[in-house]
Amino acid sequence: MTTTRNRRRSLAATGAIATVVALVLAGCGARAGDGQPAAASAGPSCVDTSGSTVKLGFLNSLTGGMAISEKTVSNVLHMAADEINAGGGILGKKIEYVQEDGATDWPTFAEKAGKLLTQDCVAAIFGGWTSSSRKAVKPVVEKHNGLFFYPVQYEGLEASPNIYYTGATTNQQIIPAMDFLASKGVKRLFLAGSDYVFPRTANAIIKLYAAKLGIEIVGEEYVPLDKDDWTSQVAKIVAAKPDFIFNTINGSSNVGFIKAYYDAGLKAATTPIISVSIAEEEAPAMGHEVTGHYASWNYFQSLKTPTNPKFIQSWKAYPNSSGVTSDPMEAAYISLYLYKALVEAAGSFDVDKVNAAARSKPITFDAPEGTVTLNGENHHISKPGHIGQINAQNQFDIVWSSGKFIEPDPFLKGYDWFPAATRDQLVKSAG
Amino acid sequence: MDALIPPLLNGSAQGALLLLAALGLSLTFGQMGVINMAHGEFLMIGAFTAYLVQQVVHSANLSVPVALPVAFLVAGLLGLLLEVGIIQWMYRRPLDTLLVTVGVSLILQQAALQVFPSQGVPVQKPDWLDGQVNILGYEWPLRQVFTILLAAVCVAALGAWLKYSSFGRRIRATVQNRDLAETAGISTRTVDRLTFFIGSGLAGVAGVAASLIGGTNSQMGMQYIIPAFLVVAAGGIGQLKGTIIAAWAVGVSLSYFADWTTGSLAQVLALMLVIVFLQLRPQGLFTVRTRSLV
Repeated sequence: MTTTRNRRRSLAATGAIATVVALVLAGCGARAGDGQPAAASAGPSCVDTSGSTVKLGFLNSLTGGMAISEKTVSNVLHMAADEINAGGGILGKKIEYVQEDGATDWPTFAEKAGKLLTQDCVAAIFGGWTSSSRKAVKPVVEKHNGLFFYPVQYEGLEASPNIYYTGATTNQQIIPAMDFLASKGVKRLFLAGSDYVFPRTANAIIKLYAAKLGIEIVGEEYVPLDKDDWTSQVAKIVAAKPDFIFNTINGSSNVGFIKAYYDAGLKAATTPIISVSIAEEEAPAMGHEVTGHYASWNYFQSLKTPTNPKFIQSWKAYPNSSGVTSDPMEAAYISLYLYKALVEAAGSFDVDKVNAAARSKPITFDAPEGTVTLNGENHHISKPGHIGQINAQNQFDIVWSSGKFIEPDPFLKGYDWFPAATRDQLVKSAG
Repeated sequence: MDALIPPLLNGSAQGALLLLAALGLSLTFGQMGVINMAHGEFLMIGAFTAYLVQQVVHSANLSVPVALPVAFLVAGLLGLLLEVGIIQWMYRRPLDTLLVTVGVSLILQQAALQVFPSQGVPVQKPDWLDGQVNILGYEWPLRQVFTILLAAVCVAALGAWLKYSSFGRRIRATVQNRDLAETAGISTRTVDRLTFFIGSGLAGVAGVAASLIGGTNSQMGMQYIIPAFLVVAAGGIGQLKGTIIAAWAVGVSLSYFADWTTGSLAQVLALMLVIVFLQLRPQGLFTVRTRSLV
């Protein structure tokens, strides 16, 4: 009898060990912030542009959870490089790119960035998606005085002399979305987000601006990025009866949110969702039609600009293309052309000369979203704000636009409702 | 009272899905001591099967009922393949099976990433699951009712089969005392294979249910495997009733914690609850009682 019990006990102990090992394994993918660069003296750059080519590094997650999004960015960078090479290259030098896999692991991003700068001697690195990947690469490019072009909308509150940001900062995506909601007469807003730095920071800003606009926040819910079940939170939304839901959920958790939303009987006609992560690629992948909901972006495939038709056509013809264009891939496309414009304005691939050129002349690019202008001080670009409503073809009908291009203001210094104390606290907590 | 009922209903549905995911694990872990870390990927395979069936049977109304048995067979056969190909060589070496099946799980995930679009595939919900029913004065999503019914049917079928069929008796004999069962003329090898087939097949059924709740993608198995293991450990090894109670308790506590706090904190609190429980009662809710001396 006793031996039996002991054996059962050891089996249970084995179960516990299994669970611990599983937790450790699961945790490996999410480790963040410990990506310090391998020590190497920031000596003279080893970049060699004396030949007929210039080496550039592309750093995207081609494996792991973020491959879902980052493969497309990698593909569009390849397309932009092919286009630039066909047009004669940068300063007459053909782009020779080195593709590295960040593997959805932030220390790997730091390690690969170091390798690209010190071993491959690339003139600049393009890529990253999550804020954690950017924060892992930041100290590396700052240490080696390299350049990193980051193509995704993010939570702002950052400006590094070694990073150029071609996605939206908060005043180009979050604030236009709130202006749109105010114009619709929204009085009760519910905030639903994934639990990490972007949604937390975005919601902190939303709450401050909502107070100013007279919009009441009737609830705020977060679910971990790797969890899809939103039923408990949607039940709270039903109880709170908001006019609108502000969605800062990311990845496959969005699918769970949309399913729980419709399971609970919510409808676009009465409780619409405005999202900052659902674009042309994601809309058809929700497992439920999402017609009638909204998204805030700077680029939509449906935008009527002079350069957009050519961009869409090139992408559709490109191998491994997904067939639709979207905001993050357009921002990645901009990043390579912006680099070309910067280098040509500087007349050199040297990082300091490139940065000096950014400050001294207005650098512009006729992007698919319109002609964007680089801000040489904070390294972000001007962007138009658009709100699109999803139609039956999973494309977006533009229902609201900011009109003029919005100047980037990553620290929200031009907004009187954003207190300096909050800014300091958010910058500090974002690391 | 008003705030106390909805989380109970929600949590029961969450618990039902957890139970579906844990049933197969409880069988294989209980009988063979095999820690199958690839169980979550069998669930993923079930979800992808639901998608593929939907591409053949175009109506979502029909495809979900068709997908349930198909997913059971597909995941079950893959489980059988894993048992015959790898696991049968490492019985009684639980830590080795753990490592090997982690490897299998990574291979299956990457394979899914190669075959299917990386952002996942959409599985449409049938029209007959659109809407709510009114129970006790509360609007209850039909999808949740469906998950609970599905879990109930699976548990009832499995329970009856274990209790009344001759194969079921052989499985129970093997769980209670493998050596004695062999002495009595039971081919424990055959029993093991069949158990693995059924355990993996149940994960496939869970996958169909999961495809109606969240995203269907290569990573989806990961979010179920750890809670499912906790449920099995808390319920007691090889105990169907323990697994049922533990799954329901974890689902309901998750739901109440999510109602009182936030979604993230609820995960932490529910996990802590299970760990504290296992500290106090390492053998789980129920134990197998035998009169054997070994």
